[in-house]
Amino acid sequence: MATFNLNINGKVREVDVDPSTPVLWVLRDHLGLVGTKYGCGIGQCGACTIHLDGKAVRSCITDVSEVGNQAITTIEGLSENADHPVQKAWLEHDVPQCGYCQSGQIMTAAALLKSNPNPKDEDIDTAMEGNICRCGTYTRIKKAIKTAARS
Amino acid sequence: MAYVKTTINRRSFIRSSVLAGGGLMLGFNWLAACTSNTTKVLKMSEDWYRINAYLKLGVNGIATIMSPNPEIGQNVKTSMPMIVAEELDINWDNVLVEQARLNTDLFTRQLAGGSQSIRQGWNGLRLAGATARRMLMEAVAQKWEVPVDEITTDLGVLYHNKSGKKAGYGEMASAAAKIKVPDKVQLKDVKDFKIIGTSRKNVDGPAIVTGKPLFGLDHKKDGMFIAMIVHPPAFGLKLKSVDDSAARSMPGIKDIFTFHTYNEGYQKQWSDTSAFTDLVAIVGNSTWEVINAKDALQPEWEPIKGTPGTPSRRESTDSYMSMMKTMSAKQGNVRRKDGNPEAAFKKAAKIIERNYTAPFLAHNTLEPMNFFADVTDDKAELIGPIQSPEFMEKTVAARLGLPLEKVDVQMTRAGGGFGRRLYGHFMVEAAIISRRIKAPVKLIYKREDDMTFGNYRPAYHAYYRAGLDSDNNLIAFQVRAGGMAESPLEANRFPAGAVDNYLAEDWVIDTNVTTAAFRAPSSNFIASAEQSFLDEVAEAAGKDPLEFRLELLNRAKTNPVGTHNDYEASRYAGVLELVKEKSGWGKEQPGINRGVAAYFCHNSYAANVLDIAIENDKPVVKKVYGAIDCGIVINPDAAVNMAEGGIVDGLGHSMYSELTITDGEPDQNNFDMYRLIRQSEAPESIEIHFVKNEIDPTGMGEPPFPPVMGALANALYRATGKRYYHQPFSTDL
Repeated sequence: MATFNLNINGKVREVDVDPSTPVLWVLRDHLGLVGTKYGCGIGQCGACTIHLDGKAVRSCITDVSEVGNQAITTIEGLSENADHPVQKAWLEHDVPQCGYCQSGQIMTAAALLKSNPNPKDEDIDTAMEGNICRCGTYTRIKKAIKTAARS
Repeated sequence: MAYVKTTINRRSFIRSSVLAGGGLMLGFNWLAACTSNTTKVLKMSEDWYRINAYLKLGVNGIATIMSPNPEIGQNVKTSMPMIVAEELDINWDNVLVEQARLNTDLFTRQLAGGSQSIRQGWNGLRLAGATARRMLMEAVAQKWEVPVDEITTDLGVLYHNKSGKKAGYGEMASAAAKIKVPDKVQLKDVKDFKIIGTSRKNVDGPAIVTGKPLFGLDHKKDGMFIAMIVHPPAFGLKLKSVDDSAARSMPGIKDIFTFHTYNEGYQKQWSDTSAFTDLVAIVGNSTWEVINAKDALQPEWEPIKGTPGTPSRRESTDSYMSMMKTMSAKQGNVRRKDGNPEAAFKKAAKIIERNYTAPFLAHNTLEPMNFFADVTDDKAELIGPIQSPEFMEKTVAARLGLPLEKVDVQMTRAGGGFGRRLYGHFMVEAAIISRRIKAPVKLIYKREDDMTFGNYRPAYHAYYRAGLDSDNNLIAFQVRAGGMAESPLEANRFPAGAVDNYLAEDWVIDTNVTTAAFRAPSSNFIASAEQSFLDEVAEAAGKDPLEFRLELLNRAKTNPVGTHNDYEASRYAGVLELVKEKSGWGKEQPGINRGVAAYFCHNSYAANVLDIAIENDKPVVKKVYGAIDCGIVINPDAAVNMAEGGIVDGLGHSMYSELTITDGEPDQNNFDMYRLIRQSEAPESIEIHFVKNEIDPTGMGEPPFPPVMGALANALYRATGKRYYHQPFSTDL
């Protein structure tokens, strides 16, 4: 076990966990931040996507010991009042079906728009390729990203 | 306007109608909360009254409507309360929605399956709203001392036009709760609907996009442990022994033990399907610690000895595909025969014969199987994602030896269902683990455990034969279909009823690979096979594939063969006509290769036209048109979402997905090996149209899924010049 001081959603949180613990389980089990989802555990589905210093990463394959001083943003910290343009666009298009993958989709989309404010279809495909939506809401996801880009 | 007797679900109106409530409601409208700049936060008042099982009414006029059925992504948590709100005649903006827990006294059929929630809930939900509205009317009529027939309502307000009096529902909530439940009520005319037929946002949308705890995996209780299981790596193996010496001493581990899911001699019900019932449980403080201990276990496995009727062989994909091929060459069980098929085939000028196959599929709900259980000596609390709560409550009660009323089941939002969560062995496992450790526990399946546990979509094989006369009329049709371990045959569906000489046979091969309902069972394969085959028959007959289907449906409509045709030919033709019109079928578009298909299942009709272009030598799905007849559409945009999802899901599974097996062991156990459709593979656009009618609503969860697979195969043929007989099609591209 080791103590880590993590910068999560703008607050420093202290956890005492095994250094090999993936950030996903630190968030879910130790900090009660369950918006970040478990889907595969091997970085293949994107349900666990968070931001590290604004970049989308898979928290299920990111050990807590790798984080250091980087700022972690989770879906809970993406905006204060659910008013991030991506969240608003998701509601406008009523994207979710089961909803389980959507926090990961939103985090990936938000990171995409930060680095590329006006993504083309191909850019969206490339960025979102790692996020599985088992319900098949891909066409709405693409529309919502374009709406968010315009706002 | 019809008066309807309130006999359906009457107990749910009566039993609770005498209960007056009070206290703070925790229901919370996330939409209002998240758009606080535009809307006030919607909160139930501290004083509220339970009008019936579906409805609480606050003195502030806010209604909480209970959604009875499990929400698995089909959006019933929004659409079912919309039906209650419609008949109650309340402003939807003043409605909070709560998921009801399992209560078989108050609710009927709290099940997510067969696309039946709306169809079978329709009357009961309408009555719940209509009786409440009537009770409010009677209460206010008494207060104002006027005849109740002179009372009208509009969006939560009661009016007496003659005197000009009006009162909000909230003001009358207390009095209405004391009114006797009416014996009969008036239901609205379809033309008077204010909520049904208008698009309303998913009531959980704001909670979803902000990552609020909604799902089973998010549930937590003080003192709760995390558990995982280890199951045999192959069908046909069972646990021999397990060395847990290393794992037991690992940090955070509370206990490791083996258990049987079902008691000796327990008579399983349909929802108890489970290939692996001798399991190892690992229980610990946190998920990561449990995963590490699980990896350190050293289990040994041994072959299951075969008992009569229980094959213990360790199968491989190659072996079962060839077994099915052999079986398909023999005559099957005749399920329907019209005319004289053999004689007709003999005199046919042209005969077309084809074989189609599809592999096992894992459901792969993105939220893996999981459940929370807190079992004490005299009661059990179970919370999590389950499609069949009322069935699994019985299994859990039997396994724990508790009376049914001591088992409380609550449904969380489910991160996908697709049929997998109809089979709740994981609930039983969680209950057993909680009882053993005497503490609350959340059982979590790792993705690998989930994908390799079985309960797959069956592997299927279908043989088709068609005979055309010299004028290219379809005079004989045969289908012989089977699978491991169930047949996909729907003997009385189209083209049965449209061909004079028709033969339908089925067969089954038993297997120890457990199979289960998967979104649109049977139809999820047979639609594709049949619709691909009809495309080839149309081609052989020199006819347009869409017109060919319409011609057959016209025959089934005007002069049907046989008396047990499961479908309405006019509605079937209706979706084809609609998709024909909306897609501009028949107009050549340069570079576009089109396929068409239609299917009827789960009481609804769906047709697709699918456009493929070849880009960089690869077929790309540019656009899919969908036409659907599901009767009255409750929540149009949500229904469109379901149809879009069904199309993407159908494309994905028929194009990319398969679960193969070697020596009983699934070859894929996670998404690096099991291919699901991804963003770049989804169609560029999807356009959905509904047939407008006033027929009672039928399901939307499953019907949009099957036909698109046939439309894809047919469009691929036009794009590549090759027919696709074996799913997933991508292996033949």
